[in-house]
Amino acid sequence: MGLLDHHKKIETHATLLLVLSFLVVTIGGIVQIVPLFYLDNTIEKVEGMRPYAPLEIAGREIYLREGCYTCHSQMIRPMRDEVERYGHYSLAAESMYDHPFQWGSKRTGPDLARLGGRYSDDWHVQHMINPRDVVPESIMPSYAYMLNRTLDRSDAEHVRDIMAVYRTLGHPYTEEMLDNAVGDFFAQADDFGDPGVVDRYPGAQQRNFDGQNQVTEMDAIIAYMQMLGTLVDFDTFVPVANR
Amino acid sequence: MADNSENKVTPASRQYPDPARKLKNDVATTGHSWDGIEEYDNPMPRWWVWIFIITIIWSVGYWIAYPAWPGIKSATAGLLGYSSRANVAAEINEFEARNEGFFVQLVDTDLEDIRDNDELHRFAVNAGAAVFRAQCSQCHGSGGAGVQAAGYPNLLDDDWLWGGTLDDIVTTVTWGIRNEDFADARWSEMPAFGRDGLLDDAEIDQVVNHVLSLSGADHDAQLAAAGAELYEINCASCHGDGGEGDYFLGAPALNNQVWLYGGSFDAIRETVYYSRFGVMPGFENRLREAEIRAVAAYVHQLGGGQ
Repeated sequence: MGLLDHHKKIETHATLLLVLSFLVVTIGGIVQIVPLFYLDNTIEKVEGMRPYAPLEIAGREIYLREGCYTCHSQMIRPMRDEVERYGHYSLAAESMYDHPFQWGSKRTGPDLARLGGRYSDDWHVQHMINPRDVVPESIMPSYAYMLNRTLDRSDAEHVRDIMAVYRTLGHPYTEEMLDNAVGDFFAQADDFGDPGVVDRYPGAQQRNFDGQNQVTEMDAIIAYMQMLGTLVDFDTFVPVANR
Repeated sequence: MADNSENKVTPASRQYPDPARKLKNDVATTGHSWDGIEEYDNPMPRWWVWIFIITIIWSVGYWIAYPAWPGIKSATAGLLGYSSRANVAAEINEFEARNEGFFVQLVDTDLEDIRDNDELHRFAVNAGAAVFRAQCSQCHGSGGAGVQAAGYPNLLDDDWLWGGTLDDIVTTVTWGIRNEDFADARWSEMPAFGRDGLLDDAEIDQVVNHVLSLSGADHDAQLAAAGAELYEINCASCHGDGGEGDYFLGAPALNNQVWLYGGSFDAIRETVYYSRFGVMPGFENRLREAEIRAVAAYVHQLGGGQ
């Protein structure tokens, strides 16, 4: 018991205990976290991922502001029942431009990772005005006021600033994207807007989402919802099984 | 005044339990003493210590069996070859394989004959119900009752827009209604009589009253009579002379109490003035043929199948 007796020295010496505890936690942390940055099987390159378009960022900001993540997750786990209900399980790379990610750990409402394209814009508008109109058993609050909250040039400029910050985090926004951010913001919500927004953000959907003349928060949130989980083409992407 | 003389440490002999009497086996104390209170240095329970040791040994086995330690390029894979992706793929394949026979049979069997095969019909209805809950319930309601007056049709009744035979339902589910995705989507469009200036306000009021009369609802008889000829000219070609509707054009029957967008004067007036344009997506790309046939069989047996 000679070795264990020495433990008493640590237990009875507060500073030594603190220093050694810190050392143990540090080693544990390094072993768990650092390999994720370099192991091949934790970094999966997936075709189709692109940074968010300006209007989608505005929608995402609204999603965060309203705390949608408290009831909705955005991660389909690799389990049969989830895959059958929501679609292909989520890939880590699909959250690569999410700061912070929206995986969530609790579902009061359904998972939204592959919401895009599941419903029409009209359905979303109706559902946001009063969820019970289309899903009688829903307990989601109404977000009708988003129809009345017009987004103007200052909102678009705010989004451009967000994009500039994202760029410092490594999102591949080009100068061209930043220069056109304000224009793209409004063009995406316009049936006849500049098609350049789709060139710059492949797979972006461009139309008047809420059917109103002005660009509102409803346009932004629907633009965001309609692109969720649609960027990776699972007809051509075959996930490596051992990842 | 209270007597403070008692406010002092009770002598050991009067304390309970008596600290002088050691507990069983005379456990050593840590040697500390505060106001005569000493601290026993009992060892941790044996069972606790053993579980602690066993968990450490267990973890070694776990490292060997499951993916665990990171290396230079990859982590150790583990002897059991565990992979969540492979597992879910295997599980899905297992159920697909189990159902495959039924799916093949569903496609091979004539739609009208599915009902004659009890086992196949039971499978179709259950598989169709699962598809319905995942793909259709958001608009048509989890029980298929639709959303009244909001444009999402009730599938429980026998009032159909585009026909309620199995064949009709399969066509509707496959290509959808008024969507831009499929050239084969069912398509029709009612004119916006008010917005586009085809009828003036007074004429619309007359037509609406005539439509109300067709369904036996309260109406202004004089206006309704005046609207009869307008109905004949503008509406009857699709909705029928007596408002019986036309499956081929997706024109709703007007001679009953079932209203897709509401049957009040105001709701009908809005329909006539602005028209309606209900859209349903096609599921050609999202569901396999057998699943479409299954969901058709499910909807067909909900109550209104023809």
